[in-house]
Amino acid sequence: MSAGELPQPIPWLGVVGVVPSLDGVSAAPATPVVHTAVLEAPAVTLASTATTTAAPATAAAPGFVARLRARFAPRKRPGSGLPARKIIVALRNARRVSQAGFLGLFVFLLVRTEFRGGFAGGATVRMPYPVEGFLLADPFVALITFLASHAVYRALWWSLAMVALTLVFGRVFCGWICPFGTLHHFFAWLLPNPKSGTGGVRRVRANMTHGYQDAKYYLLGAFLVAAVCGSAIGGLFDPICICVRAIGLAVLPAVSYVTSRGLDHVSHTNVHALQIGSDATRDALVATVLQPKQYFFHQTWVIGGLLFAVLLANRWIPRFWCRVLCPLGATLGLLARNALFGMEKDHSRCTDCNLCLVDCQGADSPQGGVKWKQDECHMCMNCETACPEDVIKFRFLPNRRSTTLAQDGLDRRKVLVAAATGAAVLPLARTSDTLDSNYYDRLIRPPGSVPERDFMERCIRCAECMKVCPNNALHPAFLESGIEGFWTPILIPRIGYCEPTCVLCGQVCPTGAIQKITEEQKLGSAVRHVDPIKIGTAFYDHGRCLPWSMATPCIVCEEFCPTSPKSIWVEEIDVPDRNGQMVHVQRPHVDPQLCIGCGACEKVCPVQDRPAVYVTSVGESRSRSNVILLETSNYNRR
Amino acid sequence: MSAEPRPTRRELLLRGGKALAVLGGSAAAARLAYDRGGWSVGAAAGVREVRDYRRQDHGGPCDFAVARGDATTTPAALVEHAVAALGEMRRFVSRGDVVVIKPNIGWDRTPLQAANTNPELVATVVRLALDAGARKVIVTDASCNDPGRCFQRSGIWARAHAAGAEVMLPAEHRFRTMRLGGEVLDEWPVYRTLIEADKVINCPVAKHHNLAKYTAAMKNWYGTLGGRRNRLHQSIDRSIADLATFMRPTLTVVDGIRVLMRNGPQGGNVDDTQRMNTVIATVDQVAADAFGCTLIGQRPENLPYLRMAEERHLGTSQWQTLRPREIALANDVAPETRALWVPDGRDAAEVSYALHVAQRARVLA
Repeated sequence: MSAGELPQPIPWLGVVGVVPSLDGVSAAPATPVVHTAVLEAPAVTLASTATTTAAPATAAAPGFVARLRARFAPRKRPGSGLPARKIIVALRNARRVSQAGFLGLFVFLLVRTEFRGGFAGGATVRMPYPVEGFLLADPFVALITFLASHAVYRALWWSLAMVALTLVFGRVFCGWICPFGTLHHFFAWLLPNPKSGTGGVRRVRANMTHGYQDAKYYLLGAFLVAAVCGSAIGGLFDPICICVRAIGLAVLPAVSYVTSRGLDHVSHTNVHALQIGSDATRDALVATVLQPKQYFFHQTWVIGGLLFAVLLANRWIPRFWCRVLCPLGATLGLLARNALFGMEKDHSRCTDCNLCLVDCQGADSPQGGVKWKQDECHMCMNCETACPEDVIKFRFLPNRRSTTLAQDGLDRRKVLVAAATGAAVLPLARTSDTLDSNYYDRLIRPPGSVPERDFMERCIRCAECMKVCPNNALHPAFLESGIEGFWTPILIPRIGYCEPTCVLCGQVCPTGAIQKITEEQKLGSAVRHVDPIKIGTAFYDHGRCLPWSMATPCIVCEEFCPTSPKSIWVEEIDVPDRNGQMVHVQRPHVDPQLCIGCGACEKVCPVQDRPAVYVTSVGESRSRSNVILLETSNYNRR
Repeated sequence: MSAEPRPTRRELLLRGGKALAVLGGSAAAARLAYDRGGWSVGAAAGVREVRDYRRQDHGGPCDFAVARGDATTTPAALVEHAVAALGEMRRFVSRGDVVVIKPNIGWDRTPLQAANTNPELVATVVRLALDAGARKVIVTDASCNDPGRCFQRSGIWARAHAAGAEVMLPAEHRFRTMRLGGEVLDEWPVYRTLIEADKVINCPVAKHHNLAKYTAAMKNWYGTLGGRRNRLHQSIDRSIADLATFMRPTLTVVDGIRVLMRNGPQGGNVDDTQRMNTVIATVDQVAADAFGCTLIGQRPENLPYLRMAEERHLGTSQWQTLRPREIALANDVAPETRALWVPDGRDAAEVSYALHVAQRARVLA
């Protein structure tokens, strides 16, 4: 700091000067600064007895080694220099380990949400462990699907464990476990506000409680009302769903793409050693992290772009998602209202140094002079670790004199508006012609999906099914199923067909939108009179089909048709070409009774851009209205 | 103005030199990357590519062996006896060879459905090759369905791995686009592993195919290609002949243990299959298909690709010219080896001519 530059006033303290402790050792001025004047009565009334502390005079030009040593030397605690309790320091370190561990576990499970095959595997293919575990422990998911479908699907009751944890310890999920929270923690550290630098005044200001933090409660209200009305659309904003969707469908394929293209360039050099190295690298990556083929997902640039935007928002609002938008955080906040573990403050000892705010994650007002907002706190333990004055104490069954709740300050009128918005989602979305009438013909749902309205009650758009699909067949819908069905799974056979013996999408679905079916249920069994599960029916576009209109043999569709007997049958016929020569061709036809709509024919049709055979959703087993035939439709049988 | 110091000569020269270097460098880069534009499609030119892995000898005591058993005969016994009749695996695999075994692992089907090669057969071939001194045995195929599912559910992954082979799944980077120079197959991505081996053993499964009628040995080379193979069906016979022209294996072992009789090439129902307990081992892939098609009641004359292969001197559909041996295996009696076909007087001249054609084909090919 140059001699002529005046120290900036610190508005919330109402003093002119620099709190040396805030700026650390290096930025500390050479001369001690005395807090000169109290300009006006600050909002913080208590404890404005800011004592002067002398910062140590720095050496004129420290050498590299000295700087390194200073970097890693234990910081001298400012203020009274009271050391943090050992248990609290241990808890903070445990929290860091926990965050890294759970993020690692999440990424591991996500990468493993796929089928690779192996020599140890048999004819039955299942995920060996619950790769969707994070979603099963997600109380927000459990809550909205319960409200919408009036059922708690299978392992979703695991989320009760998270409820219990929160009732005792508060929002530890947000601060210790949530992978999206950890990403935000990291990016808030990586991208400090451009005007502040690290450890600066603006950072303290950014971590004070703001009104916009109420937004998540209004959002939660809207989603809960929408769920009561029958739509699990809240999954769009669930942080775990976002992580699976954005990392699984956008980040991992992009990483794979970049790696492959880079190694391609190496392979295309004519240096043999480089080629071998490139191949070995790729083999090793494919064996561990990358998938053996490049996956492509429908319009995922939106998903990736939104992830980028949300992470970038940390530059202006640290932990933007967690504080402002997260409906899971809001749910846990509601549960944390009366958590047994909490904070006590001794305001009389507070010197307003604001060190507690420098690394505060939840923006929950840990500083002295104001009440702690228990439902905002992420239990990161940074405030007590930082406090040099013994003001902040976390303990079981604290006195609640200086505790308050953000929820208590909610605007009742806004809550009503939010609820009305949630209630309006359903009629607005569903009367815009997509669900109950004018059903979109290419809206093919995964095998084992429940009927469309039930599907909307259950699908949380978590993208687990899309990630696990071995054929890259499932994709996040864009507007194919209307605005309400945004990012719900649809099958795009041209990119990948539904493997008839595969039931993995149902296995990983946490909410039962896709039911857990067996191979026998999917394929049907003539012996036990089980009908196969149909997801649609194939149709021919005769004008584009080679045997139908170009006097050319083909029938790759018939070859790939997986049913037995084949749903595609051929008519042997001699047709003239333009010279009048007779050509023997086999013309394919679909038997709608047998066709299961898997889309293998559409996938392999050699008419590359728009295939001559395509699947539409009509005839799907789950629907009683989207049918063609009089017989064999579910409607008739039941 | 005059107060400003003028650049020195040294500075001026430096600046000029830098400007020249930038200009010259740009010109050189532009020359290297110069694109004249225009539109041209690479013409199919030139030499027919061939990967000839055949053993360069003039035939052994027997070049065509068929082992038949009953329901109690293990696939391993069938393979061992068939290969032994040809003169043991030593005839085909030398010490230190890298051997690639190419079964049919095309479909997401279980062994009972007989759309893929029998896993026990593959494992036995792996074991025989390793016993003969192979340095490494690789089992691979470019599947039609998802390779992970095909390799695992066919049982081949497990059995080949247990037998000591390296099971390799196809991945995009293992293909290299090259010119096959066939009649219909010009430029295609080719599975590098299959063309960089010392020896290649073809282990197809005999089955019905709705378009090509019967497929096994020659059609198995579809697994050599990557890219959009679905175009090949427009001229399937010539495609098969082109592929068999390109790939000529050291040894062909055809799985006729359980044969898909209809609904081919995928099947999907055990009712579509029939137990035949037969294994064909031969050095001639054309003869393998000519004999094999009789398993599903086809006749070689009905398979145009066999005629094309003969015209190209890839082999002979007259398997009788290959000193065929038949090994009858049954549970309770000792294996009996006999000539598979004994010419009577009427056929002698015909066979003599066929032998002449076959030998000539070998010389030409």
